[in-house]
Amino acid sequence: MEQEVGSFEIKKGLAQMLKGGVIMDVVTPEHAKIAEDAGAAAVMALERVPADIRADGGVARMSDPEMIMKIMDSVTIPVMAKCRIGHFVEAQILEAIGVDYIDESEVLTPADEANHINKHLFKVPFVCGCRNLGEALRRIGEGAAMIRTKGEAGTGDVVEAVRHARSVLGEIRKLQTMAEEEVMAYAKEIGAPYEWLLETRKLGRLPVVNFAAGGIATPADAALMMQLGVDGVFVGSGIFKSGDPARRAAAIVKATTHYQDASILAEVSRNLGGPMVGRSVSSLTETEKLATRGW
Amino acid sequence: MRIGVLALQGDFAEHQIMLQSLGVDVVQVRLAEHLNQLDGLIIPGGESTTIGKLATDFNLMDPLRAFGQDHAIWGTCAGAIFLSKDALRKQPLLNLMDITVERNAFGRQIDSFETELKVPALQGFGQNGRGFHAVFIRAPLIEKVGEGVQILATLEDGRIVAARQGHFLATAFHPELTGDDRFHRYFLEMAKS
Repeated sequence: MEQEVGSFEIKKGLAQMLKGGVIMDVVTPEHAKIAEDAGAAAVMALERVPADIRADGGVARMSDPEMIMKIMDSVTIPVMAKCRIGHFVEAQILEAIGVDYIDESEVLTPADEANHINKHLFKVPFVCGCRNLGEALRRIGEGAAMIRTKGEAGTGDVVEAVRHARSVLGEIRKLQTMAEEEVMAYAKEIGAPYEWLLETRKLGRLPVVNFAAGGIATPADAALMMQLGVDGVFVGSGIFKSGDPARRAAAIVKATTHYQDASILAEVSRNLGGPMVGRSVSSLTETEKLATRGW
Repeated sequence: MRIGVLALQGDFAEHQIMLQSLGVDVVQVRLAEHLNQLDGLIIPGGESTTIGKLATDFNLMDPLRAFGQDHAIWGTCAGAIFLSKDALRKQPLLNLMDITVERNAFGRQIDSFETELKVPALQGFGQNGRGFHAVFIRAPLIEKVGEGVQILATLEDGRIVAARQGHFLATAFHPELTGDDRFHRYFLEMAKS
């Protein structure tokens, strides 16, 4: 009985276990405990939530491994951490300390303006952001085992998350109405690997788990993304930049499970205290947008 | 045949697809009222702390325990933890099956693995009784079983990864992630009787 580790099935499999769940950004072990107690399916360990990265400016890099390891020690749920786009050495370091998933993330400052990491070379699975089907399938082609639509991180404005989810899901619907001989031209048009495009057409969904991210701040935002058809949600600044993080975190978890039940959504949305103040995406200049990072 | 899949969090859709391919009616269970008229229940993989928290908050713990008195229940991975009476740490458990489980017994995700298991109980479910390809993801182990619990599969070193006690079934791995439906058919036989 030989044991095999690090296969694509195993990498994809952990994301399947996260489905219907909420993955929360945390910056301390205390935050991580609050997230776990609220019912988070996983946490994303990072030094600054995206709203602060946005406010502080400067170069945003992988977090201190010491801080990530402390968070790994404080909870029993999976711990993810971010590396810069194309920074495969940061990814090697994160794999060496044993994080459960690596987010090759546009929230950090890109290290390579042409190439993403060859994720097939790693045993640890990767999640990557996308704005459309072509970008999603390019990342899967590079070995990503989970996809998240990007949204616009650190804004508390859900509009980009909706745009990107509608784009991916709408393009899949379009793909399914095509004749097979039209798929190659479509692959060329959207820059998607042909084989993965065929697989997506056959499945009627992305071949890996697809979460929404970027700007989700309320239980209603989470349920909106779920009703649009994603498998789960990432919540970044939306929880720990709000008035009552523990309460809001638990409410978003409940809303993600009961996303089709408006009476439960009403109940969990009551008395949550102030949401994160946020910044409307339409007030950002093009260079301030993080979602445009990624190639 | 109508089987419920606990749909609070986790890979319940994968179980649903497998059951539907076997011609079973599937109900997603999120509230106690969804347990009516079911012949059995599957608790999927996911995060056991998340599932336990949601089951507690939405008053499912007692209805699930009552359902388990006279219905088949199968827990895979997190579901097996939730079904157990002891997970060696404080978290909500159904306390239905007399097994002790150790969470994340193999380590973190980079230690997750696939292997072939010998499962004698699947004799008679086709494929010439060949080994079952099992996927372990941040998996638990069944550390100890109580009286009357039948061990269905172990790793080569003897550690327990599948067990049955009457109408309860626990697997530390994920038959719903493979194309092999033998465990699902085995469970449907349990739910029939």
